[in-house]
Parts: sequence; structure tokens; C-alpha cells
Amino acid sequence: MTYLIRNARVLDPKSGRDETIDVLIDGSTIAALGTRAVASPGTRVVDARGLWLIPGLCDLAARLREPGLEHKATLESELAAAVAGGVTSLVCPPDTDPPLDEPALVEMLKRRAASLGGANVYPLGALTVGLNGEALTEMAELAEAGCIGFSQANRPIVNTTVLLRAFEYARTFDQVVWLSPIDAHLGRGGVAASGALAARLGLPSVPVLTETVALLTFFELVRVSGCRLHIARLSSARGIELVRRARAEGLPVTCDVSANHLHLIDLDIGFFDTNYRLDPPLRSQRDRDAIRAGLLDGTIDAICSDHTPVDDDGKQIPFGEAEAGATGLELLLSLTLKWAMEACLEPIRALASITSAPAHLLGIPGGEIVEGGPADMCLLDPHAFWTVSHASLKSQGKNSPFDGYELPARVLATFVAGQLAFSAPDYASRLDAS
Amino acid sequence: MHNPQLNKHGELQHLLSIDGLSREMVVKILDTATGFVGVSDRDVKKVPLLRGKSVFNLFFENSTRTRTTFEIAATRLSADVINLNINASSTNKGESLLDTIDNLAAMHADIFVVRHAQSGAPYLIAKHVDRMHGPHVHVINAGDGRHAHPTQGLLDMLTIRHYKGDFSGLTVAIVGDILHSRVARSDIHALNILGVPEVRVIGPRTLMPSGLADMGVRIFYDMQEGLKDVDVVIMLRLQSERMNGALLPSAQEFFKNYGLTPEKLARAKPDAIVMHPGPMNRGVEIDSSVADGAQSVILPQVTFGIAVRMAVMTLLAGAGT
Repeated sequence: MTYLIRNARVLDPKSGRDETIDVLIDGSTIAALGTRAVASPGTRVVDARGLWLIPGLCDLAARLREPGLEHKATLESELAAAVAGGVTSLVCPPDTDPPLDEPALVEMLKRRAASLGGANVYPLGALTVGLNGEALTEMAELAEAGCIGFSQANRPIVNTTVLLRAFEYARTFDQVVWLSPIDAHLGRGGVAASGALAARLGLPSVPVLTETVALLTFFELVRVSGCRLHIARLSSARGIELVRRARAEGLPVTCDVSANHLHLIDLDIGFFDTNYRLDPPLRSQRDRDAIRAGLLDGTIDAICSDHTPVDDDGKQIPFGEAEAGATGLELLLSLTLKWAMEACLEPIRALASITSAPAHLLGIPGGEIVEGGPADMCLLDPHAFWTVSHASLKSQGKNSPFDGYELPARVLATFVAGQLAFSAPDYASRLDAS
Repeated sequence: MHNPQLNKHGELQHLLSIDGLSREMVVKILDTATGFVGVSDRDVKKVPLLRGKSVFNLFFENSTRTRTTFEIAATRLSADVINLNINASSTNKGESLLDTIDNLAAMHADIFVVRHAQSGAPYLIAKHVDRMHGPHVHVINAGDGRHAHPTQGLLDMLTIRHYKGDFSGLTVAIVGDILHSRVARSDIHALNILGVPEVRVIGPRTLMPSGLADMGVRIFYDMQEGLKDVDVVIMLRLQSERMNGALLPSAQEFFKNYGLTPEKLARAKPDAIVMHPGPMNRGVEIDSSVADGAQSVILPQVTFGIAVRMAVMTLLAGAGT
């Protein structure tokens, strides 16, 4: 199938291109741009005047809940949610049930995802068996099975010797270790950031120290082992400052933040609203400002959705018992553009954090609109606002701290490898009939 | 953000926390309670204000004392009282908290008195009954986790008002385990709302939550210094599980530094009163000679507690409200 998308404003953060040109999709690739993009017989011509065409989003953290947690979400539901949100590539953490600690599990996940079509799935393997922090997994085998890196999800390794060995072993096979900066003891059992809000609500709290102490340990181990480290979900101003220094020193360190933390702070928890129960916990306004500044100065590489479908049983309970997490795949684009609007950023600048930068970090194809590149793209209406609600989300995870928010930018169509993986119901006819 | 304990007219629908109540509302509860203080001294200790109403005591965490005072308060208002110790019944069978509430609401409860180990649990219940069962069902927080114990806070205020007249010139010190104390939080809010110019908290750094200063208190780590010239001393109970570990090395050392002895009390004003929410650990946070001494108002607190609980139930669900 060939598509000619005409008159869209093409925003490609990698090349810096921001202009209204035509784009020709042929087969799985972007065949031509600009005047070279012309229709031939059988080409579907889409007039996209007033719309934006951007690279498909690359989400560094989306829990798909398979295998084992299908009561919360399934590959079908979450891959449909991904493309509905313009996401064409995603990384899934290994905290499934069982965790992704054996090649066969990874192969099965990859095979199931491929058979369903839609977004490209890049699993993270478990760094230790069962995520128990004791024995290393077969990283070489797991990498061959398709793991793009190795992670503990939100389960810190207690034994620092095991952590050092994990770094050294991963370095042997040139694998990237992904860790959330969580000290095994500081803030354990906490559900809200230490500070005035947690003190007032009487909630067990998580100090910034859990993040900074973990980071300082990681950096020393990186320095010794030479292992590449991706820090998943920074949350504090102090943590960002430590990463800034580590990067200035030349340590091979990258990092991301969640889109939730780009907008929300602890006070938003209000009267124990469990939709705001997130890991890491929401912190102060000063921390949120530091996250925004860190994205602009390049300390933070990417914004991810940290998509975590939780069912009502996990949220309709007291705050301290509620399961952490929020749905996010379908909000990532809108929340990123909301930030751009609030901060008066060029949209292309903000979009880099969810397209070219994470794709570069993973070393995968895509994340750009370039002749000969994979036709992973998202067509959106930047001027259409939509309201977050149970009904507006395709994900099986309906719980969102942004429930009821009106957000900018509606995805109208998503292409993965040249295939139309999603089209908005009111836009589908224009894609088919043209 | 809408305060879930108020209805859309700004009136009290539930009592979940003192935080967010207006001064007028707190004073109204105290005034109503003052009117009930005499009821307990009558031959017939009953008034018919809640006749025909059902009060369900839902205790997800054990507390004989608080449950009993709520039961007495409801009985003196002529309500029917049903006591349920939930941790021993349905939640062990896998029934969810809100399923339990729905079942009890279907038995025509008018007031749920809720005690729960999790901060915020009564908010979850209040929000749910508002949505599912309508405005005739009320929730009273009888203590949730570390968050709030509003009727204790109110009875403490009634006690202080009784002995000190008004709040405008007072210095009040709260001593002990602030970190884990819902009583401390409710007292701090109430004292600030009523215009007490200086609220002090005293304890070791390990028992102070970070962010405490933002609640409107002066923090003291030295009890001698913190008690200087105070009008009211509120001692907190130290739970036994806190005594030996990473928060405190021993009960003995805690008593030495933060236990209320006659010598330490001498730092306060000569007419200072001593309060404690009970149950007391004699020799841990308070010396017996102080607990039983002339400045102690610990037993009158219990009496005022019944009056305050009668007032809250009447204001929420009494005839004509």
C-alpha cells in the first residue's frame, strides 16, 4: 500500500525540519519527501492540511501486563492503546508474572506482539532471576531472544555485591542496565513524597534520599565497571543535579522522567485520591520545575508514559494500600504538547523527548521522518482538545490522575512500518476514500 | 478542591478531619458539646435527639476505649448502636471495604463511626456513601492511621476551653511521638484554627515527620526548653513497637528525655494543665505522680469526650438538621 500525505506540517525533531511538505509512504518505508513525493496509480492521497505529521512516539516504559497479569490488561488492549496514542515503539519492563527472566518468555512475548501487529515491542529482561536481586539472569541468551536491556523494574537490589556483578556482567556483553533510583530501605513502605503534604495527611513518606543515595551508589559502580546505565524515572531536583554532574564527568548515563511528573506535584493528591498514587511519588513544585529544566538543558533524555494499567480493585481502597501507577500510553503525546504550550516551547523541541531522543537512546530505527526510514509516523490535529475519561481510553487501565482534564492534540492516524495501525473513527473515512 | 466533609452548602456532612473546618464550625461543635456535658450527670442520662437512628461502629482496628465512648454517646442520644469489629469478620473472607459498607448501608445505617489503620480510609468511605447512598448517611472518623482523630482533637479543645477560658493567649506543647500520632495532627489543626498563638511540638528528631513546620508549629527537641511557660501540656502515647529499634533505643532513655516528670512540669506555668489521650504508659511518657497529680485533667477529658461525640452526632444527623 502507498500513501501520499499532502500538506501536513511535518515536524521532525532529529533533522530539525518543520515545514509543510508532502510525504510518500511506500511499503514499510518513507519513500520520498517534498517535491519527490508524488502519487502513482493506487496511491491513497490524504489531504492533511492543518494537521501535523510527526515521527511515531517511542515510549521508554509501558507495562503491557503479559504474561500473568491479564486481569489488569492484555497485549491486545495495550497495543491498541499504544497506536491510539501515536506510540509506534515501546519498551516494556520485566515485572510481569513470572518476570521476564527466561528467553522463552521473551520470545513468546515478542511473537505474540508481532502477531497482533501495531507498535514495536522492546522488552527489558530481568537483571536478576525472579527480580529477587540474588542471582543474575542469562543476559546473553536473553539479549539474543530480543531484550533491549536489563532491569529490576521497581525492585531495588539489596546486596551491593550483586549489583556490582550485574553491572560487570552486563558490560561484558555490552548490555545496558536500566535501574530506578530507589534505595532498598530508605522510604520503604512510603506512599507519598516526604514533605508538608505527607506530614499533614499522615502518609508514610519517601524521602528524596532514597533517590540520591541510590544514584550515588550507581555512579560509583558505573565508574568502576564501565557499564552503560539508564536511570528510569527521576523525580527530584537533587537527583537531577547528581545526574547532571555525572554526565558532565563523562559517565555513560542516560535518564528519563514520566509525563505525570512533568505536570503533577504532591499537593494534587488532595484528599487521598488514589489516582495520584504513583511510583516514584509526586514531589514538590520545585522538583517539577527541575524536571522541566532538566529536559531543556539535556540532563534528562526522554519523557515516558510509565504506563501502568491498574484495575479498580487496586485503586478503590485506602491510599496506603492502593496499587501504584496510572494509564499513560494515550496521554504521552498530549501531556508533552501541554508542557510545550505552558512553557512556550517550540513543539518540535518538546517532541524530541518522545521521538528522536528515546529512539536514539535505544539505538533502534525510527523516531525520525527521513527518506528510506521506517514509516512509523503519527498524524495529529494539534488544535483539537479531548477529555480524559474511561470512555476515551482504549487501554484496559482506566485510572489516570488526569481524569477529566482537557488535553491538547488528538491522534488521527498512526502508521507502523507503513501500515495504518490506527485511525480515529471520525477520520478513517478520509484515509480510506481518498 | 472540594472538601469532601462538607456538602454543597458548606455544611458539615461528615466529620473526617479538623483540617479544613472553619473556626465557626469548630466553635459550634464545642458550644453544642458544652450543652451536653450536664446530660451525663442527670438521673435519666438520655435525650431523644437521635431516636430511631442507627449508629454503626465500624472498627477495622481495635480500640475498646474510643468505641465505648462513641457507643455511650449514641446511647445517650437514644440511637440504636451496632458494634462491628471488621478485622475479625468479613475482610478476612475477601470482601472489599466498600462491599462491607454497601451491605451495612442497606441495613439503613445513618452514621458510620469508622476507625481504620490506613490514613484516609474514612475519605474513601465518605466519597462512596455520597455517591451510592445519599446525603442521609454520615461518616465520623474515629481515627485513621497517622492522619486524624478529629473527635479527640475536639474533646481536647473542649477541655482546654473549660480550664483556660479562651485560646487567644495560650502556649500549648504537644510532646512525644508526633510522627505516628493522629491525635497530634488533629490537635495542631484545631489549635491553629482556634487562634492559639504558639503551638509547640517536642520530641526526638526520629519521631518528627519532615514538613511538620509547615503545619503551624514551633519544633523543640529539648523538653526543658519546650515546656518553658506553657499553659497546656498534651502528652502522646508511645506505642510499644516504637520503643526498641531504629526510632528509639529504649523506653528508659525516652522517659529520661521526654517523659513528663514533676521536675519538667515545673518549667511550665504554675497553673498549666496536663492532658493525655489515653491509654497511658506510666513511666514511659508520663510519671504517675503527674498523671494523678493536681494539674492532670486526663479523666475529665474522657467525660468531655462523650459530650463532644454527642455533639458531633447531633449536628450531623439530629432531628431538624
